[in-house]
Amino acid sequence: MLLEDKNFKLKVGLAEMLKGGVIMDVTNAEQAKIAEDAGAVAVMALERIPADIRAQGGVARMSDPKLIKEIQEAVSIPVMAKCRIGHFAEAQILESIGVDFIDESEVLTPADEEYHIDKHAFKVPFVCGCRDIGEALRRIAEGAALLRTKGEAGTGNIVEAVRHMRAIQRAIKHITTLGNEELVTYAKSIGAPVELVKFVKENGRLPVPNFAAGGVATPADASLMMQLGAESIFVGSGIFKSEDPASRAKAIVMATTHYMDFDIVAKASEGLKEAMRGMDIKEIPEDQLLQTRGW
Amino acid sequence: MKIGILAIQGDFELHAQMLKKIGVAWQLVRLPQDLSACDGLIIPGGESTTFIKLLKKSGLYQELKTFGQEKTIMGTCAGLIILSKRIKNYPLETLALIDLEVERNAYGRQIDSFIDDIEINLNGTVKTFEAVFIRAPKIVRIGRGVVPLGKHKSDIVLAENPHILVATFHPELTEDTRIHDYFLKKVAANL
Repeated sequence: MLLEDKNFKLKVGLAEMLKGGVIMDVTNAEQAKIAEDAGAVAVMALERIPADIRAQGGVARMSDPKLIKEIQEAVSIPVMAKCRIGHFAEAQILESIGVDFIDESEVLTPADEEYHIDKHAFKVPFVCGCRDIGEALRRIAEGAALLRTKGEAGTGNIVEAVRHMRAIQRAIKHITTLGNEELVTYAKSIGAPVELVKFVKENGRLPVPNFAAGGVATPADASLMMQLGAESIFVGSGIFKSEDPASRAKAIVMATTHYMDFDIVAKASEGLKEAMRGMDIKEIPEDQLLQTRGW
Repeated sequence: MKIGILAIQGDFELHAQMLKKIGVAWQLVRLPQDLSACDGLIIPGGESTTFIKLLKKSGLYQELKTFGQEKTIMGTCAGLIILSKRIKNYPLETLALIDLEVERNAYGRQIDSFIDDIEINLNGTVKTFEAVFIRAPKIVRIGRGVVPLGKHKSDIVLAENPHILVATFHPELTEDTRIHDYFLKKVAANL
């Protein structure tokens, strides 16, 4: 069974170590240093942050391995990188250069519209986005060791991440109320393996950690997501699209650790320069939403 | 008896589950005032750079230095790093409560993480323990007053001095409570 597999346990183990922390998108070694100095628990190395990918359009692919290596050289914390959904050859390259976590990400242009990557075939752990419980458990069945909300990347708008986190928490609570005779039918209705539904019923939680991502821009956003049940925070465009990235990065780290201490979150929010401008989700044409990529 | 678990970041919840399983009272520690009710402290796995930065900001850094001279602290992985005297390959000011020199990420990156049996000697007999090593550090030198308690191949992976117990691996990622039991005995002995 998947959850007892030693290799899987090692992958989830690293995800456990990242809990309660902030993982920051960085596009060069200098930004990676700023993130590490601010107290980030890991960095996500990429060529363009989601806000720029959204603005520039075109096909978004895995970053140049040379850039990722420069970032690996610059910091001592784990380095993650993104590959396209279904693009296992990009994932093989990322594993070969020794990234610590691969994000099979909807922020990049999908390479396969039918299948996600068989993540069991890799020694490196994967994180995947999800919007609901079915998507979450399907990704775990494929071997994801960590989940994150999809949110709507590059918008600086937290509303979609909130929607996705609430949907998953609500479903977890619902599953714990199901009788054993209901599990197979429920698993069928959400399109996920019954063993994983059973795990959720018995443990009242997902089998792997679930972090927040997609639209986090302020210390208050971080505290909100942690209180809604996120176990860590990914910040994409929110830091390096803001006016004073170093101060904002530190403030979001403080707010994540002390998310229930509102005096500290208030103090962290004080006097930060301009946040990223952000956008209303309704301004985005439906076919340009990133969260609907993946299935 | 009440055990504090440093909850800046990392796998502190897994240590809490372990203590729950054993049946000991515990509380999470994020600020200096949280420490006053604790008889012992666990510093979990996580990122040592993040720990040190936030400890300094909250004032816990100085408090822990004093706490560790009077009471008992266990550190696993990142916890070991910040309790050690010196880090060979990274400039980080640590708590220096145990005379060890350590190398961070000594086995390599996540693809080099592994699970393997180690030999531990907690009460005069050598036994095996299934240990989980994740981007683990290595102890490269032990100094004054440090007693080795566990080995993986030729590396010391578990060690102690009168107040501090450290592991380069993660006993909290297993179901095996022996190392936590040993820590609790040490806490009781130091009360």
